[in-house]
Amino acid sequence: MRLSIQSTPARYSCANLARRLSHARPGRPGALIGALIGGRNGFLSASPLHKHPISTLIPPRLPKTTSRTSLSFQQCHAYTTHPSTTNPNPFRAAIIGSGPAGFYTAYRLLSKLLTAHVDMYEQLPVPYGLARFGVAPDHPEVKNCENKFEEVAEDSRFTYIGNVAVGRDVELKEMKAHYDSIIFAYGASQDRKLGIPGEDLGGVYSAREFVGWYNGLPQLASLAPALDAGEDAIVIGQGNVALDVARILLTPVDALRKTDITEAALETLAKSRVKRVKVVGRRGPLQAAFTVKEVRELMHIPGVSFTPISSSFYPENPKSLPRIQRRIGEVLLKGTPDAPPDTSPKNWSLSFLLSPKSFNPSPDNDKHISSITFAPQRFADDADRYSNAARVVPNTEEQDMTLPASVAFRSIGYKSAALLGLSDIGVLFDSKLGVIPNDAYGRVMSPSLGPGNLSAGHVPGLYCAGWVKRGPTGVIASTMKDAFTTADVVVQDWAEEVPFLGHEEGAKGERRGWDALREKVESRGVRPVGWKEWHVIDKVEKERGAAKGKPREKFGTVEEMLEVLDR
Amino acid sequence: MPFRLSRTSSITTETPFGPSILQRSRRRFSSTPISRHGHLEPPKPGEELTVTFIDKEGEKHEFKVKEGDNLLDIAQANDLEMEGACGGSCSCSTCHVIVVSDHYDQMEPADEEENDMLDLAFGLTETSRLGCQVKMSKDLDGLVVQLPAMTRNLSPNDFK
Repeated sequence: MRLSIQSTPARYSCANLARRLSHARPGRPGALIGALIGGRNGFLSASPLHKHPISTLIPPRLPKTTSRTSLSFQQCHAYTTHPSTTNPNPFRAAIIGSGPAGFYTAYRLLSKLLTAHVDMYEQLPVPYGLARFGVAPDHPEVKNCENKFEEVAEDSRFTYIGNVAVGRDVELKEMKAHYDSIIFAYGASQDRKLGIPGEDLGGVYSAREFVGWYNGLPQLASLAPALDAGEDAIVIGQGNVALDVARILLTPVDALRKTDITEAALETLAKSRVKRVKVVGRRGPLQAAFTVKEVRELMHIPGVSFTPISSSFYPENPKSLPRIQRRIGEVLLKGTPDAPPDTSPKNWSLSFLLSPKSFNPSPDNDKHISSITFAPQRFADDADRYSNAARVVPNTEEQDMTLPASVAFRSIGYKSAALLGLSDIGVLFDSKLGVIPNDAYGRVMSPSLGPGNLSAGHVPGLYCAGWVKRGPTGVIASTMKDAFTTADVVVQDWAEEVPFLGHEEGAKGERRGWDALREKVESRGVRPVGWKEWHVIDKVEKERGAAKGKPREKFGTVEEMLEVLDR
Repeated sequence: MPFRLSRTSSITTETPFGPSILQRSRRRFSSTPISRHGHLEPPKPGEELTVTFIDKEGEKHEFKVKEGDNLLDIAQANDLEMEGACGGSCSCSTCHVIVVSDHYDQMEPADEEENDMLDLAFGLTETSRLGCQVKMSKDLDGLVVQLPAMTRNLSPNDFK
């Protein structure tokens, strides 16, 4: 029986997978869950592990060939307390992606497994992923995580392979022979679409594109957003990325000149005519994903007022709300008492219970947006409107609402894409959820490998971390936590000597990783960039920045980056 | 090599069947940090303040430190599992600690910035603080803090 894995509505978690597997094998509901949280045996309460709180346990890998239900209690204990001896073999891992997920996984792996060597692949010459290209330029302190990544990269057991795109410059199936493990940490390089009319009009951008553009992401250097088309900007979506977009649009451009925002972005922002930014959400303020720091920052931009929100979204006594919602509520309800809307040159507002229906072209220019039509929503009858999970439904009693927009940003989430060649190595990418199916710890799962035995589903040697694992949510701290979990299960699986890559072919001995691949890859005209070379680029970027009073002036194209190395 | 503060703990949790999985894997893969952080000076004799960290395995680690040292630096100088992703600039929540001794009320209250970050901390409690913002003082001598688990673990909610 083959499970259809493409249409699962919920996020992959081991619970989901367990449910799916137990559907396939009726009569064994929840066995995998028990096994995952309770250790190998599923007898959590009787296990010696029980003296540790569940929260400290990483679920052990299950032996490949033993049937879970046939294990007696004694056998379970025997296995639990007499694991395999130390795995003495050197461990070679490829980590794909050099953002926080990749680096935190590498950090943990190198710390916990002394025989580990990590090759980190990055398609751009420059490292750090969204720490460089996603974190807002006016949040430099968030980029301090790069100091840790720098330390990781200095480890002699770490090799950085920049400017090599896995899937294009080197195939996954050729990498497979030279690694014990491949860990996918390549994040989310695409964005979700609304799928409504007019989405391709001029002046409609995704927040990801806009953020990548002002942060100097080479692929987006030519975006040139039409900020001079009019005074009204609408951001669709109410997460922190949406607020980053609003803040960059409203911050006086001179305040940004001291940041590492690109010179091209400064030029465009200086010509911006945008005066009003509306951040629109489908639900209410208690359901919004933004966090209090980002809201607070928007309340403190000089000359920018906030349109007061209706207190009807809040309970009579807002103090009864959970801490996070309560504190955001306090900031929102206070608003900007020092910047009254009628006298302030610029304004931002939050609009709730509006679902976008169409982007409408301008009567003067049918290629450019001039307004957005929204369908009003209301809380579902059975929803607790003060809960952050409250559901909304279309409000058929109200008319559609059309709001002016000379420029619009879709900020409804990033999305991972399948890496070229994933299916060649047995991974079924879930394009609907935009994640690599995994067991919630980071083991890549494939339904074609299970059920039937205790390790049902895990594709040997393959792991994932970060947004490609759990979806595009959370701050760097969440990705760190998540990456540590992935590294911990890799280390644990290695200790248990469960199958890793090449196990089926009976391959033994040391894998040579990049050393074995390099010549072949270079023969294709690829020019890999090493860590020392990144330092050269880094140094020149900092010098370029210093000349302008900025911490860094990023190179806008890959060609410019490479030219520094080969001049 | 930075000064290493005295450590007064050892790992002792044994199960009736031998050491637990975690400790076994610990022994096999002893942790070697990539580098040291928080270059702390030793306290002057007679001016030592005591602080105890309880790690996520429940082990106690007691250190003699000097006034003004912050908890993030102390933890990192002693290789405890505490990250400071933003470098101690109160811009993330990775150095979250839970105050378990009765010192919480004697601390300078968390300011707006710290509370904003605590909102994002995993397992926030009534006595949560950011390690980078808590500086040792005479009032805090004997402070005991707990480190929350740093890896993602399944909670019952994951099964709903």
